[in-house]
Amino acid sequence: MILGLARSWSLTGYAIAALLVLPLFALILQAAQPDEAVFGHLLSTVLPTYISNSLWLILWVSIGSLLLALPCAWLMARCEFVARRYLQWALLLPLAMPAYIVAYVYTDLLDYAGPVQTGLRSVFGWSSPQDYFFPDIRTLGGAACVLSLVLFPYIYLLARTAFMEQSLSLAHASRIMGCSPWQSFWRLSLPMARPALAVGVALVAMETAADFATVNYFAVPTLTTAVYDTWLGYGNLTAAAKLSAIILLVVFSLIGVERFARRKQQLFQKQSRIQASDLYRLSPMQTLLALGYCITLLLLAFVLPSGILLSYAIDYFEQSWDPIFWQLSVNSLSLALITSSVCCVIALILMFIRRVSPRSSDALPSRLASTGYALPGTVLAIGVLVPLTLLDFAINDVADWLGMTGPGLLLTGSTVALVFAFCVRFVAIAIGSVETSYKRISPSLDMVSLTLGQSPRRLLQRVHLPLLTKGLFAGALLVFIESMKELPAALLLRPIGFENLATYVFQFVSDEKLEHGALPAIVIVLVGLVPLIYLNRSLEQDSR
Amino acid sequence: MKWVTCAALLGLMSVAQSAHADEKLTVYSYRQAFLVEPILKRFTDETGIAVNVVFAKDGIAERIAREGRLSPADLVLTSDFSRLVELVDKDLTAPVKSEQLNSNIPAQYRDPDGQWYALTMRVRNLYTAKDRLGPQAISYEELADPKYKGKICTRSGKHPYNIALVASMIAHHGEADTKTWLQGVKTNLARKPQGNDRAQVKAVKEGLCDIAIGNSYYYGNMLQDPEQKSWAEAVAINFPNQADRGAHVNVSGMVLTRYAPNKDNAIKLMEFLSADVAQKAYAEVNMEYPVKADVAPSTLVASWGEFKSDQLPIFKLAEYHQAAVKLLDEVQFDL
Repeated sequence: MILGLARSWSLTGYAIAALLVLPLFALILQAAQPDEAVFGHLLSTVLPTYISNSLWLILWVSIGSLLLALPCAWLMARCEFVARRYLQWALLLPLAMPAYIVAYVYTDLLDYAGPVQTGLRSVFGWSSPQDYFFPDIRTLGGAACVLSLVLFPYIYLLARTAFMEQSLSLAHASRIMGCSPWQSFWRLSLPMARPALAVGVALVAMETAADFATVNYFAVPTLTTAVYDTWLGYGNLTAAAKLSAIILLVVFSLIGVERFARRKQQLFQKQSRIQASDLYRLSPMQTLLALGYCITLLLLAFVLPSGILLSYAIDYFEQSWDPIFWQLSVNSLSLALITSSVCCVIALILMFIRRVSPRSSDALPSRLASTGYALPGTVLAIGVLVPLTLLDFAINDVADWLGMTGPGLLLTGSTVALVFAFCVRFVAIAIGSVETSYKRISPSLDMVSLTLGQSPRRLLQRVHLPLLTKGLFAGALLVFIESMKELPAALLLRPIGFENLATYVFQFVSDEKLEHGALPAIVIVLVGLVPLIYLNRSLEQDSR
Repeated sequence: MKWVTCAALLGLMSVAQSAHADEKLTVYSYRQAFLVEPILKRFTDETGIAVNVVFAKDGIAERIAREGRLSPADLVLTSDFSRLVELVDKDLTAPVKSEQLNSNIPAQYRDPDGQWYALTMRVRNLYTAKDRLGPQAISYEELADPKYKGKICTRSGKHPYNIALVASMIAHHGEADTKTWLQGVKTNLARKPQGNDRAQVKAVKEGLCDIAIGNSYYYGNMLQDPEQKSWAEAVAINFPNQADRGAHVNVSGMVLTRYAPNKDNAIKLMEFLSADVAQKAYAEVNMEYPVKADVAPSTLVASWGEFKSDQLPIFKLAEYHQAAVKLLDEVQFDL
């Protein structure tokens, strides 16, 4: 913190946060309206099941992702073994996979008519579903497995960065004191990486809470599907908003618990990277185990689903190839690029203010801005439409008053609404990422630069920005990939005649005709891969 | 604050440029874009009016309500009756007076005030496993019969098609009996409601269940689809309740929006959709029953034979819609 920060900084922060919280605010207002006892009816019938499903799903996916991600992150950051260089970026690949597509592929593979069960039946001579037991994928457990497979790279990415950037001297010290890799992990790396892990788990939990397509496909009713149902089945937005409020409550209490647990922790490290000479060399046996683990995970989360997609795409190439793809790809790409740039700028400004402001209340904007992530896309769409529509009407009224023709739905009828919604939803990712990076910059750097008479802006530009580059990149790319995949909000907010890859694929998936949507689905994955590889390159380069 | 300026510029750059064509029309569609596009393309070829279609699985009524008088939507196409009525109830529709529409669409398939018009009909059929049950003279009521325990497959009870079926049961039997019936059906389910109508037929083929609930046109579409042909061939299509009131029928339809900016073009399209060319296309392309009396269903659809349809006035389906949703929740049908 510093002694004086111009009020204009705080005001900027509050203005940005206010804009991002508008949809949430609109929703809460909506939830406060009376709703003809629909909510009460839900409460006495199906709501308890929805809530418990949601909570279990969040719990299992958080645990599942953490367990999947931690060993990989540690192996990649602190050990040396054959093929590590390739595996460490390969493990990010699942991020490019939309969860509902993975869900679809696995359902295809594992359901009664799928190759796995058909094979088992022919081997053992079974003939009907009553003859044997096979776990049903369209269950809570199945959804948790699929979501964990898709979401674990969030934690892997943040944890690996944290492990790699942990102080050299500590690593040396632990080696000198004779710590085994195992002890070094438990006693040193893990506690120090906790902020990053917490951010990762929080992201995964929020992603899970907001997931609609997967649970819907698996027929696992959660709060998110209930919001959808209530809004469309009962035609009651207010009751749907009340349900959304419950989702928010769940997510906020998760974040609150996590923050409370870390309230006394303070970690400051000098930026120094672990050198190749500091890595643990694994014995052949350990290498085999490490390789086996990482490769199996990669197969399940990426290679297998994309292989199946690829085979569909090849089989159906003639039926599904369409020149419209280029346009769809450009639409998806530009939307994702704009969203990620805007999110990064917002995250940087908000976190900088929080970092240097002497006013403790200035931490609020970044906290507030992160709340949008907890909103399911559909609900968010409505939340975005309310304030933007008001603004649109205001613009048209002013135009009328000035005697000009109104521009029509300038905001809600264009991609502005989409970009805005995506920013509200994904800025939390960028903020989390920048926050993690900031935690690793010692406050003494701020003091030094300010003592030398630098203005806050120069401090941001010349000291923080270079040190934050990696975190910003990681955040930007995660936002980019998320924007490529986001579906419900895109479905509801897209302007007239605007179609992107995700909405195009969804048409087929919702009709249980993935074969025809396999080709554009592969394009989503491929486009997502480019930034992932770039991200990894930037992580690998030595910071000079 | 250069950053902020850049961000603002980026935001402004993303504002879509809307071209101003004179002859255009915007359709919000609950119906899949690729189903209606061939028909709309013909309309454009004939009239020179460009049609934008926005497809959304749900939430169109909400969207139009928010857009209010600035809404670009001229016409809404729905795949279910309750959605038509939802639009009317929310005061988002405009009455249409048209000789052509009135002569093309029989009175029971349009609103007396011209607020909504139905375009096609579809039956909620019961499909039975050819090899295990064969064709059956079955009724919806029998779905709750204990003899079918563990034999029935259906999509989510909360899907509009099933809600409409439950609403028709309430209209005929009252809420209490319908609740008992729903509980019986739930007990008879082979698995938790999941997937779409086609997936239920697939499940019958796989031997997971013997009876599937599904709309009529899916059967025709599956027979046309090389992937799904074998699914459809494994089942017999049955028109329920032929011995009494007849099979439950739902409709797809259209409404003119209240603030349609291209009202005249929209009415032209409505008339086009109710006339022979489009009605025939619906019949041939989507395997539905056209509402226009003198347009025959496709050969394939006709081959399923004549059937008796439930004469319940269609507005009753909307009237009991809420009650149906509540009952489905009460018996926890989907859980």
